[in-house]
Amino acid sequence: MNDERNLLPYWLSAPGTLAMLAFVALPLVLTLGLSLYPFVPGTGVGEGLTATHYLDIARDEYFHTIFARTFGMALLVTAICVLIGVPEAYVLSRLSPRWRAASMVVVLGPLLISVVVRTLGWALLLGNEGVINKALLALGLISEPIKMMFTFTGVVVALVHVLVPFMVLAVWASLQKLDAATEQAAASLGAGPPTVLARIVFPQVIPGVLSGGLIVFALAASAFATPAIIGGRRLKVVPTTIYDEFLGNLNWPLGAALAAVLLVIVLAVSLGANRFVERRWKQVFQ
Amino acid sequence: MNHKLSGNRWPLRAFHAAFVVFMLAPLLVVVLVSFTDKGYIALPFDGASWRWYRAILAAPDFIDAFWRSLALGAAAATLATVLAVPAGMAIAWHRFAGRDALLGLLLSPLMVPHVVLGIALLRFLTQIGASGSWWGLTAAHTVIVLPYVLRLVVAAATGFDRSVAQAAQSLGASGWTVFRRVELPLIVPGVAGGWLIAFINSFDELTMSIFVASAATQTLPVRMYNHIAHTIDPLLASVSTVLIVLTLAVMLVLDRFYGLDRVLSGKA
Amino acid sequence: MAFLELDGLVKRYGDFTAVAECSLSVAQGEFVCLLGPSGCGKTTTLQMVAGFTAPTQGRIVLDGRDITAVKPNQRGLGIVFQSYALFPHMTVANNVAFGLEMKGVPADKRRRQVAETLELVHLAPFAARYPKELSGGQRQRVALARALVIQPPVLLLDEPMGALDAKLREDMQIELRALQRRVGITTIMVTHDQGEAMTLADRVVLMNKGRIEQLGRPFEMYEQPNGRFSSTFLGKANVFEGVCEGGGVRVGELPLPCEVGAAAGSIDYIVRPEKLAFANGSALVRGRVEARVFLGNHWLFQVATPLGTMQLTEANAGLPAVAEGDEVGLTWRAEHVRVVPRGA
Repeated sequence: MNDERNLLPYWLSAPGTLAMLAFVALPLVLTLGLSLYPFVPGTGVGEGLTATHYLDIARDEYFHTIFARTFGMALLVTAICVLIGVPEAYVLSRLSPRWRAASMVVVLGPLLISVVVRTLGWALLLGNEGVINKALLALGLISEPIKMMFTFTGVVVALVHVLVPFMVLAVWASLQKLDAATEQAAASLGAGPPTVLARIVFPQVIPGVLSGGLIVFALAASAFATPAIIGGRRLKVVPTTIYDEFLGNLNWPLGAALAAVLLVIVLAVSLGANRFVERRWKQVFQ
Repeated sequence: MNHKLSGNRWPLRAFHAAFVVFMLAPLLVVVLVSFTDKGYIALPFDGASWRWYRAILAAPDFIDAFWRSLALGAAAATLATVLAVPAGMAIAWHRFAGRDALLGLLLSPLMVPHVVLGIALLRFLTQIGASGSWWGLTAAHTVIVLPYVLRLVVAAATGFDRSVAQAAQSLGASGWTVFRRVELPLIVPGVAGGWLIAFINSFDELTMSIFVASAATQTLPVRMYNHIAHTIDPLLASVSTVLIVLTLAVMLVLDRFYGLDRVLSGKA
Repeated sequence: MAFLELDGLVKRYGDFTAVAECSLSVAQGEFVCLLGPSGCGKTTTLQMVAGFTAPTQGRIVLDGRDITAVKPNQRGLGIVFQSYALFPHMTVANNVAFGLEMKGVPADKRRRQVAETLELVHLAPFAARYPKELSGGQRQRVALARALVIQPPVLLLDEPMGALDAKLREDMQIELRALQRRVGITTIMVTHDQGEAMTLADRVVLMNKGRIEQLGRPFEMYEQPNGRFSSTFLGKANVFEGVCEGGGVRVGELPLPCEVGAAAGSIDYIVRPEKLAFANGSALVRGRVEARVFLGNHWLFQVATPLGTMQLTEANAGLPAVAEGDEVGLTWRAEHVRVVPRGA
C-alpha cells in the first residue's frame, strides 16, 4: 500500500464523485427544497416556503392508509421471503453441484429479467380471465373467478416472487462462509441433524438473513411496477401515489414531500439496521 | 458443505420443487401465452401460432424502444465503467481521508428508492432545461448502474495481490505501464462482469425511467408499462418472451464465467 | 567502501515506530539475512531498500549513489516477493522478459537472455506455461529468474521460502545458495526462520522491535549470543538471571562456572542445551528428568532443577541410559558459558 500522502486517489475518484454529486445528491437536495413550495393548481409550483405538504401527510387519513399499507406490505413480504428464502438457500447448499448450478439459474436468474416481465406473468396468472381462474373453472372447483388481481394478496405474492432471490442470495453468501467442520464437530458431540440446523447453522447465517431482509424490505417499500400493475389504482402505495401526484395531478411539491418522507423512512431503517447488524454481529463473524 | 441432503430428505426436496415452480410459473405462463392464436390472453393448448411474434414486427414503437434500451444500456454501462474503474482502484488500493464517505456516496443510488431518484431527476433536468433529453436519460442511468460496476471492480481489485504491481514497478515499469500491463488485465474480468450487470440493470430499469424518459425517449420497460396500463394482450407476452430468451443467454454467460451468485452479490 | 549502505534508517507511521534505527553496510557479493520475529521491522527495512516505503529518516547509498529518493522503478533492484507476485496473465517467458522489455532491450536479445536465465534456474521446458500451471518451487524459481534477468546490482528476497513445504524448502535453500554464489550477486533476504538464515547468509542481522539486536556471521552469532533474545531466537538456550560479583557468578544462591572477565552487576547466564552433559560424578546442579523426547538426530531432555527447567540435547547414539523420572546431575564447561550484562 502506498503510504505517501498523494492526491492520486482523489484524482481517480473525482469523475465518479462529481457525477454522483450532480445527478444524485444535488437533485435530491433540490427535491427536498421543492417539497417546501406551495402548490398552485394550473401553474404547479408557487412562491414562498411552506410546510403544508408535510402537515397534510401527517394529518390526512388518506396518506396514513397509504403509508400503513406500504410498510405493512413491505413487512409481510420480508417475513415471507425469510420464511421461504432461508430454507431454499439451505437446500441449495446441500444439492449436488450439478443440480445446484441449474437451481441457481432458476432461483437467481429472474433477478436479471425485467420486473415488468415478471409482474406481467403474475397478471396473466392472477387475472379474472387469468390462467389460475380458468383452470379452476375448467376443473369445476369454483363457479366464478376468485378475485386476485387488484388485491393486497396478489401484490404480496408477486412482490415475494420479485424479491425473494435477494434473500436467497444473502443467506447463500453467509452459508458459503460457514465452516462445514463446525457441523461435523456438533454431530461428533452428539447433536442430531435438527439440532445442528437450529444451534449451529442458523445462528451463523443470521447476519445474512438480516442483510437480505433489509434489502427486501427497502425494495418492497419502494417498489413501483408490481403494486402499480397488480394493485392498480385502488390499492395505492407510496411510490404509486408519488407517481400520481407528479404525473397525474401535477402536484410536484406534494409528490416531493411524499418522496422525502419515503426516502427518510427507508434510509433510517436501512442505516439503523445496518448499524445494529454491525454492532451485534461484526465481532463474531469477521 | 459438500455432503448432500442426508436423513429425511423428502420434505426438503418437495419444498425445493415447490420453490422452483413458484419461481418459474409466471415466466412459463408468459412464454405459453405468447404462442396463443387467440386475440386475448389464453394458453396455446387449443390453438398455437406465431401470430403475436409477427405482431411485434408490426409494432415499430416496441422495436424502436428495444433498440433505444439497448443503446442506452450500452452507453450507461460504458460511462459507469469509465467512472467506476478509477474510483474502484482508488478505494481498493489506497487508504485516504474520506475513503468511506466516498464509497458511501458512490453506492448511494442502491439505497435511494428509484421513484425518489426519478422525480428528483425529473425536477432537476427540467430546471436545467434537459428534461426528456437523451443525454439526461443516459446520465440518470449511468449513476444508478455505477454501484454495480463499482462493487465488482472493488472486489476484483481487492482480491489482487499488491506485490504483483510492486514487482512490475521494481522491474522498471512506470505507473502508467503498471496499470496498462498488469493491473488492468488482472481486473478486466471484474470490469467485464460489472459492465454486463450494469447493462442489464439499465436495460431493465422502469421506475426512474418513467419520470426521466419522454415520449420520444421511451425505453422498452416504459413502453411495456404504458401498454400494460392501457391493456394486457398477448403482444406483451411475445415481447416479454423475446426478452426472457435474450436474458437467459446473458445469464448463462454470467453463470459460466463468474457464477450468478458472485456477480449478483458483487463479489466476483 | 561498502557496496550498499543503510545509514540510520528510521520509519515511523504516526505514533508507531516500525524501524527505530537501522544502519548496515553490505559488501559486494555478500549474502545478508535480516532475521527476526514478525513485527521486528525487517520487512519494512527491505521495503525501504526496494523503494516502496519512504524512510522517515536516514539514507540508502548504493555503490556511492544516494538512492533514498529514487523511485522503485528507477532503482533497478531485483526483488523476489513472499507471494512471488508473478504476473498471472503472462507466461513464464513473458514474466521473465517483462523487466528487459521495460529497459528497452530489443526482442531478439531479450529472447536469448530469457532463455539463458530460465536455463540457470532449470525452467527452460516451462517457458510457455502460465504461473497457475506450476508447482510452488517452480513459481519461486520463475520469480528468481525474473529478478535476476535484469542483472540487478542487489537482489532482495522477502521470505522467499515462506510458501514452500519443509522438504522443498531445504532443497531450495541449497539451490539458492549455490545460485547466489555462481552469479555473485549482492543479496539481502528477509526471513523469520533462523535455520534458513544460518544456511544461507554470510552475515545475519538479527532484528527485534525495530532495532538491530546483533550482527555477525552465523557461527559467531550462535556461539556468542549477546543476550537473552539472540540466544533464544537463534537456536535454543538455557538462560538464567544472576549476578556477577568478585569475578564469580551466582544464580540464586548457587555459584556457577564462567570464564573470567565479566563485569560486576546483573547478568544473563547463557548455556546451550548441547553443551550440557549428564554428570557421573560431581554435578553443578541436580534435578529430575521430566521429559525425554526423540527428535531424530538427537534426544531432548527437560530436567527440573533448582535453577528452573533446563534443556539438554544429546546426539542420537541408541536408546539413552537416562529415562523420564530419573534423578540426574548436570554439568558443563566454563568456556561454553556466555555471561551477558542484563538490560544492555
